[in-house]
Amino acid sequence: MGWFTKTKETAAKPESPKKEDIWIQCPSCKAHIYKEEWEKNLKVCDRCNFHERLTWKERVDILLDPGSFVELNPKVSWNDPLTFSDAKGPYAAKAAETCEKTGMKESVVTCAGKIKGIKISMAVMDFRFLGGSLASGTGEKILQAAMYAVKHKLPYIIISASGGARMHEGIVSLMQMPKTCAALAQLRDANLPYISIMTDPTTGGVSASFAMVGDIHIAEPRSLIGFAGRRVIEETIKQKLPDDFQTAEYLVDHGFVDLIIHRKDMKDMLFKILKYAGCR
Amino acid sequence: MSLDFEKEAADIETKIGEFRAKNPEPTGALVKELNRLELERAEKLKAIYSNLTPWQTVQVARHPERPLIRDFIKGICSEFIELHGDRLYGDDHGMIGGFAMIDDHRVMLIGQQKGKDLDEKIKCNFGQACPEGYRKALRLMKLAEKFHIPVVTFIDTPGAFPGRDAEERGQAEAIARNLLEMSALKTPVVVVITGEGGSGGAIGIGVGDIVLMLSNAVYSVISPEGCASILWRDGTKASEAANALKITSKSLLQLKIIDEIIPEPVGGAHRDYAGTMKTTKKTILKHLHGLEKISAKKLTARRFEKFAAMGRFKQV
Repeated sequence: MGWFTKTKETAAKPESPKKEDIWIQCPSCKAHIYKEEWEKNLKVCDRCNFHERLTWKERVDILLDPGSFVELNPKVSWNDPLTFSDAKGPYAAKAAETCEKTGMKESVVTCAGKIKGIKISMAVMDFRFLGGSLASGTGEKILQAAMYAVKHKLPYIIISASGGARMHEGIVSLMQMPKTCAALAQLRDANLPYISIMTDPTTGGVSASFAMVGDIHIAEPRSLIGFAGRRVIEETIKQKLPDDFQTAEYLVDHGFVDLIIHRKDMKDMLFKILKYAGCR
Repeated sequence: MSLDFEKEAADIETKIGEFRAKNPEPTGALVKELNRLELERAEKLKAIYSNLTPWQTVQVARHPERPLIRDFIKGICSEFIELHGDRLYGDDHGMIGGFAMIDDHRVMLIGQQKGKDLDEKIKCNFGQACPEGYRKALRLMKLAEKFHIPVVTFIDTPGAFPGRDAEERGQAEAIARNLLEMSALKTPVVVVITGEGGSGGAIGIGVGDIVLMLSNAVYSVISPEGCASILWRDGTKASEAANALKITSKSLLQLKIIDEIIPEPVGGAHRDYAGTMKTTKKTILKHLHGLEKISAKKLTARRFEKFAAMGRFKQV
């Protein structure tokens, strides 16, 4: 008797795969792209050059030599210095949930690694963790990775992806701006190179601290980079801003970014610059 | 001008005014009555001001009659030689600075200027400095380093100016540069938060060996209104946001963000300029005396340690 039901079940199984499994739509130009092609192209749209935001792990995989990644200060995690709570509930609950979802402990992962054989210290922010916001744990890890670079005489690379300071940690977040910059001053005094890579977005307290004081500023195409938000500015000056305002390209035009580099060329460019900086 | 939570004290003030108008030269029992009213007013103000909510403190910090940087200069310094320009773009009236004498101490005094009347406020951009303001501040700090004189900064700003031009000239870069340079400046830096410590615009001149704060000043990562509109999706919830953000001098001392509170006279700095200046001057001098004895090398090492230790994180 059972065979009838069984056959029915097997017959129902090979349903046509869902569309989303095969292709995705570019969030910018809406073109349909085969998922395999999208992944192979490092999540960049080959029609409009839109660069999708990446996780820290994806960035590490793209930039570092295989097997060279060694995480620094992996235990540092968020805290709740103000016992903050907003309309949606306690910050602690939100942060714990974010950890669960992302498998991260803070908005940045720091590491030692190699770029084509050159040893570096690196901090990679991840927008998935509360908008990549800068908080105590973030500042601590960025500082420690800078001090690791000083100790081992290594170049330092920070990949920013952040909306700015984390409001939930209030003034303690704001203090991460001078804290990270103080660490970069140590790096400068040790005459070590610091390359700042700005990805979408690099704004607020992150652009107004470590992201903007690099020896070299590199941005991914069309990344949003700026201090104040577009809406705030428009409301303040009662003017409409140009469409390309605060894009990476706009910042190049105004003298605040050196280079715009496609994701697939980033590793090669970093290697070249590190060579000019005398790194081996 | 009185604030709404000061109503009870303001009512007594009105009474005193009427009493004086009626009795221009009071004698005997009338003097007694006047003294009684004055005492009542002082006690009422003391009661109100010792129990301000964070949001009420914001109102005091933004009070239209609160002393501004020019008042502090007048009240504290025997000399002020204002210096102008960032040597790169222009002169920002929202950020002023120059050589100043505080007793027998030569210092470089720098701070935001909000402006008194509307004309001046517009000229100063309401104390919201542009990149050229932060770069002027940095230029003066480097000058102070060269001349071996301490830097004293006065913070009073709603924030750095959020404008198109400011962005195009690198508002973010200007603030970031100051943070880096201030952290390593080879001369003492005393910071005084006198009114509003508005986020990046404040910390842009706020990296000090000693950070002082007037008791009714506030210091925050974002304005309570801004925080409310983002996290509460309702700008009118500023009072809740002000509570949550811990922006008062008391909270900031507990969090070890500031080093000392400068107590304001009863009823706030705007009620007694002379009293405010006296305590502020005394406190600044005390710290200048201490800092000037420390070698530049030790000073910068200490400043680095101080800011490197800021933050509360877990190890899990």
